[in-house]
Amino acid sequence: MIRVESLNNKFGHITTANDVSCHFEEKKVTVLLGGSGSGKSTLLKQMVGLGRPDSGSIMFDGRDITKLARKELYELRKKMGMLFQGSALFNSLNIYENIAFPLREHTNLSDSVIKTIIKIKLEMVGLRGVENMMPSQLSGGMTKRVGLARAIVLDPKVVFYDEPTSGLDPIASGVIDKLIVDLNKKLGVTSIVVSHDIDSAFRIADKLIILFYGNLIAEGTPEEIKNSPDPKVRQFITGSPDGPIPFTLTDKDFIEDILID
Amino acid sequence: MEAIAALGRGTLGTVQILGRSALFILYVLYSAFIPPYRFSKVIKEIEFIGAKSFLIILVTSLFTGMVLALQGYYTLSKFGAEGVLGSAVALSIIRELGPVLCALMVTGRAGSAITAEIGIMKITDQVPALEMMAVEPIKFIISPKVIAALISLPILTAFFDLVGIFGGFLVGVLMLGVNEGSFFGEMIRATEFADIYGGLIKSLAFGFLISWIACFIGYNAKATTEGVSSATTNAVVVTSLSILVIDYVITSVLL
Repeated sequence: MIRVESLNNKFGHITTANDVSCHFEEKKVTVLLGGSGSGKSTLLKQMVGLGRPDSGSIMFDGRDITKLARKELYELRKKMGMLFQGSALFNSLNIYENIAFPLREHTNLSDSVIKTIIKIKLEMVGLRGVENMMPSQLSGGMTKRVGLARAIVLDPKVVFYDEPTSGLDPIASGVIDKLIVDLNKKLGVTSIVVSHDIDSAFRIADKLIILFYGNLIAEGTPEEIKNSPDPKVRQFITGSPDGPIPFTLTDKDFIEDILID
Repeated sequence: MEAIAALGRGTLGTVQILGRSALFILYVLYSAFIPPYRFSKVIKEIEFIGAKSFLIILVTSLFTGMVLALQGYYTLSKFGAEGVLGSAVALSIIRELGPVLCALMVTGRAGSAITAEIGIMKITDQVPALEMMAVEPIKFIISPKVIAALISLPILTAFFDLVGIFGGFLVGVLMLGVNEGSFFGEMIRATEFADIYGGLIKSLAFGFLISWIACFIGYNAKATTEGVSSATTNAVVVTSLSILVIDYVITSVLL
């Protein structure tokens, strides 16, 4: 479905992608796992055309996202849904209008049809009945679910999730995890999740990809990753503060640094 | 040597920003003319920029007119020329104070809010969300604001002129006892169509300037709390100064 090929990207002297190649299979849940600064969010942005990499290609349905003109990109985006980290609902519109927004923009459906569609989508995320509320009246977990309803309202082929469980309590995270898996099964969408939440990742993933400072260090099923002997992968999934991924930023010796200054 | 390099860098940076803002506004105007047209968005923005500024414009203009009459009377009576007070008040308001003060008030009220709104939309990912829903953010957010400002400012300025002159009448005629006939007679005799027309051009230019600067700075704000707050301040400062400079330029061209 989506194939990233020898992707390279740098911001200043920070490398966010160093010859990254990976494949996101159709109708599967793939989780891009990595710490902060690992380049996973940048990769996600580039996969949806919100940013362009320095080199390499990202094939979506046989077309290279990194080389599309704006118009073609917008056409392709109608096949994508995205749940943003902060949900990105329009705070001036109520829940109904938020979810109706893509329908009003891209279809000529009548109000009664739109109403039905919104009911169906809200039911899918378990929130029927909040139509007339404003985003500010909902909890973080609920706005995420509304954001998800909006992301799937045009029946996309691919849904991207940017840190779907960050900032949520364990129950709300569990709900989002369940929704990701459910929607993947029921709608047959390809799901791509960017996350640093290991527990959630192991629960939902068909396949995991681990990024470390712009390098792809592991790729495989949750089982394969769990049993990986690679110390970097082990450190990441056990969450140890020090290891092959260093705790301190500089390799200068501390004592020397203090004394010589 | 370092100082010269810094000067060069600063100049290049400024020129670059000017160039980018020019491209930005060209794109905004271009997308305003391409369907789908967003009339309802424009109406909503007119309500925000225009209708909601109405009260402060009313108060500002009333007191401006009143103080002009007070000051004008004091000065003119030294030459025994109180009779021309009406034309003095009307000309200063229509040619100069109406468009300029109106624009400054709208900058403070609506310009800052526009910058903050766009900045917050960026922080909360609403701008990329629009892109992801295949809606062009500039066309959706910015173009309606610029069109609305172009419509609102001339109307607000017309109200400013009207109420300002009424304020002058209150103080000049009712309070200081200038003859009503000569107050309005002189006003009508001295005010030409070109004066009104010049004021209109100014208000259009200022409406354009306010929305352009507020939107550009907001759209390019850093997506942090600090970024938005400094963008809001910058927008008000840059817009206010530009209004005064452009006012001089337009006046000198029109005279």
